[in-house]
Amino acid sequence: MPHVIKHGLLVADDWTLVTSAPANPARVILPLADWQARPDHPAVWLAPDETPDALLPHLDRLALVAIHFPVFTDGRGYSLARLLRQRHGYRGELRAFGDVLRDQLYFLHACGFDAFSLRADQPPAEAVDALADYRWQPLGQR
Amino acid sequence: MYHYDETDQQLVDDRVARFRDQMGRFLDGRLGEDEFRPLRLQNGLYIQRHAPMLRVAIPYGTLAARQLRQLAHIARHHDRGYGHFTTRSNIQFNWVRLEDAPEILAELATVQMHAIQTSGNCIRNITTDPFAGVAADELFDPRPACEIVRQWSALAPEFQFLPRKFKIAFAGGAEDRAALRFHDIGAAARIGDDGQRGFEVFVGGGLGRTPMVGHSLKAFLPQAELLNYFEAILRVYNRHGRRDNKYKARIKILVKDLTLDGFAAEVEDEWAWSRGGPNTIDADHFARMEAFFAGPADAPAPPAEMPDQPVAYTRWLARNVAAHRQPGRAIVTLSLKAPGQAPGDATADQMDGIADLAERYSHGEIRVSHEQNLVLPHVARADLPAVWAAARALGLATPTIGLLPDLVCCPGGDFCSLANARSLPVAAAIQQRFDDLDYLFDLGPLELNLSGCVNACGHHHIGHIGILGVDKNNQEWFQITIGGREGTQAALGKVIGPSFAAAQVPDVIARLLETYVARRLEGEPFIDAVERLGLDPFRQAVYGDSHAPRH
Repeated sequence: MPHVIKHGLLVADDWTLVTSAPANPARVILPLADWQARPDHPAVWLAPDETPDALLPHLDRLALVAIHFPVFTDGRGYSLARLLRQRHGYRGELRAFGDVLRDQLYFLHACGFDAFSLRADQPPAEAVDALADYRWQPLGQR
Repeated sequence: MYHYDETDQQLVDDRVARFRDQMGRFLDGRLGEDEFRPLRLQNGLYIQRHAPMLRVAIPYGTLAARQLRQLAHIARHHDRGYGHFTTRSNIQFNWVRLEDAPEILAELATVQMHAIQTSGNCIRNITTDPFAGVAADELFDPRPACEIVRQWSALAPEFQFLPRKFKIAFAGGAEDRAALRFHDIGAAARIGDDGQRGFEVFVGGGLGRTPMVGHSLKAFLPQAELLNYFEAILRVYNRHGRRDNKYKARIKILVKDLTLDGFAAEVEDEWAWSRGGPNTIDADHFARMEAFFAGPADAPAPPAEMPDQPVAYTRWLARNVAAHRQPGRAIVTLSLKAPGQAPGDATADQMDGIADLAERYSHGEIRVSHEQNLVLPHVARADLPAVWAAARALGLATPTIGLLPDLVCCPGGDFCSLANARSLPVAAAIQQRFDDLDYLFDLGPLELNLSGCVNACGHHHIGHIGILGVDKNNQEWFQITIGGREGTQAALGKVIGPSFAAAQVPDVIARLLETYVARRLEGEPFIDAVERLGLDPFRQAVYGDSHAPRH
């Protein structure tokens, strides 16, 4: 927990300063823990070590699931996408965010991601082209 | 042999275009070193001690003559006139220029080859028995399954960034000639109760820093379920394998942490829903694939016995020629272990010569063995004298296959930036010291494996005698193990004691061999004698009663 100096003493600070309220609170993507407190909300994001189990009863009502890539070499998000799409039949938006780079887009797309929030320095036009890097399709999708 | 269809060709062509673009962006600074590294590794390109090294995939060790000629061409035009065949049946070019790599990949693509899966934390090149499809003891040829798994894994989008590398091997014989129990997944051909083909699946084996013998995860997997089941294993590994420490990131550690039963339960749960799913391989698909690997249609008659052949020829027959499933044919191993040659190295001229031999005598086919030799799998017995003479002229008929000088060795500190010690000079010293063929034939089958560091590319843990180069205070020392073996009785070698300087190693080997010769039973091979006698007599012979200072 962060600290604050109060009355000359160091104490734990359980306040969070929000600098500006979201323009549209209905359109926020909540971390899994927050979403679990209000599972009627349509958008949630998962860290790579989280399981989608809590989402499963709500998949039909979710409009957006985002998966975080802390570094592009962390491949766990690819399997989470496959689980959500193939095993659990999730049909809403599946978004990759974080360390999302041009050269991985084809592979992310092939695993079921259909939305990509690129790392800030990535040239967006090149990245759109990258979706067609290969004409190859995984066996089960041919 | 398999021939690419349009989809396969398009994949390698697209891959060349991708890598050309990535290299261009790296060279002009638009792609950072950290972002480029995994991309170049996934294309087999390492930065080594002297120059970049390019590792080219030879899927399940099978090469067509025209492919070997192209490798010779690359050796001549992009390297210094030779290549190095590795213990995973790939080939490495040690002196390429970084910026030439995309062009080399383009040249490989013209002969249906690539460098995908030869490095990086992905599913690596599939390996198998070099005698697959021709061995007399085979239940069925595993190469159709290898090719199906190759196509599935080459670009497997879900598994581009696994916790660590992942190696799969297949074998079809009663004997395991593919070191199955030392792979992340090993699949051994089995026939089910209903007569159906399938595989026993081993998981969690490996060498390297933490050597482990693989466990049997499934006694019988119907072959139709190969991809569904492998995908289940890989998904469990991809999600739960450790990513915080690269030395604990292989699947063997996950299997150990979850226990075999715990891991199996996760895999079964994952497989339960994919079973029978879109990646199920139907019988027609297998039949189409099997047709590629049918081998020669004609069956030549065995020739009459020829008495009074020169001893050089009979020695070669005894060591370098193995039984083919057709009695009129034989499997010929071309030795890449001539004295003075780095184990596994072949010159461009040798590669061209071998391609000629393959076209003339072996239905255009060559195999690469994990013992770093090349194999002509379909030689008519009547042609053996001609093949011997031609192989001799090329320096490829050293009659020591399976004997001490047929040692396996990594490129070591002379080339590799990971190595702690130079393995090649030690290999050369051993080959020089033990060059009396009468003595070597009397010693009988003996596998010696040498690695220049704990990464164990020379597979020292499974050598009957294993030698490991270690670094102590910036000096090279060599640790010796005995009792390792591959195959169905797989075992890891045990360290005999403190390490030795390079110059001492041949003497130590000599003492181990003297002990064996003195103590062996009639017809008992070295490895069996070690198993029966234990380490003590060998330790005693090497160290005496003294306790040398530990290094």
